[in-house]
Amino acid sequence: MNLRVLYFASLRDAAGRDMEQVVTASADARTVYEELRRRHGFVLLPERIRVAVNGEFSAWDRVLADGDEVAFLPPVSGG
Amino acid sequence: MFLLSESTIDAASLARGLAHAGAGACATFEGWVRDHNDGRPVRRLDYQAYATLAESEGAKVLAEAKEKFAIMDASCVHRIGALAIGDLAVWVGVSAAHRDAAFAACRYIIDEVKRRVPIWKNEHYVDGDSGWLHPDNTPVNP
Repeated sequence: MNLRVLYFASLRDAAGRDMEQVVTASADARTVYEELRRRHGFVLLPERIRVAVNGEFSAWDRVLADGDEVAFLPPVSGG
Repeated sequence: MFLLSESTIDAASLARGLAHAGAGACATFEGWVRDHNDGRPVRRLDYQAYATLAESEGAKVLAEAKEKFAIMDASCVHRIGALAIGDLAVWVGVSAAHRDAAFAACRYIIDEVKRRVPIWKNEHYVDGDSGWLHPDNTPVNP
């Protein structure tokens, strides 16, 4: 499965990029995040992250499909 | 209308956009960049957003405010990019027949935008350090 993964804020700095194409066998958003957390050394645990799939907030157990755009969102700090 | 803006926010023009013959009140909130946070002197800020989701979630917040409070119109504009001390970072405006609803809706909108709209603030400190802020106000360093 091929995913387009978006990074923001501290995750973007840690990954050293704002986006990457990820080829993975992981089926759901939680497993993909754990895989990427190991790869890039993210310090944020999933409890502090929200997931968005194709531009909408999503549950961690959402089963992903080939071509999905997945964003892992650190706690927000606008305003 | 919820917008992200890469350039200076024109508050006066946004407020005029809320005008309505039945409106007797307009409450606005301005968030400014201040020169310190959590005891550290701040030199400047960067805001980053997940633009598509920020604009849809921001529009949702405004729609909720219109349902919850007796208001006529509401807008919010949030800056992204590099900001200096004193810059207007976020503007909220609400028009209503009466002031109670205008104040309450304005408060609701800024609180919800800060809580759930995917925008992040990177503080650059006077000592050269920087860090992305999170709601508990602690920077997370990669």
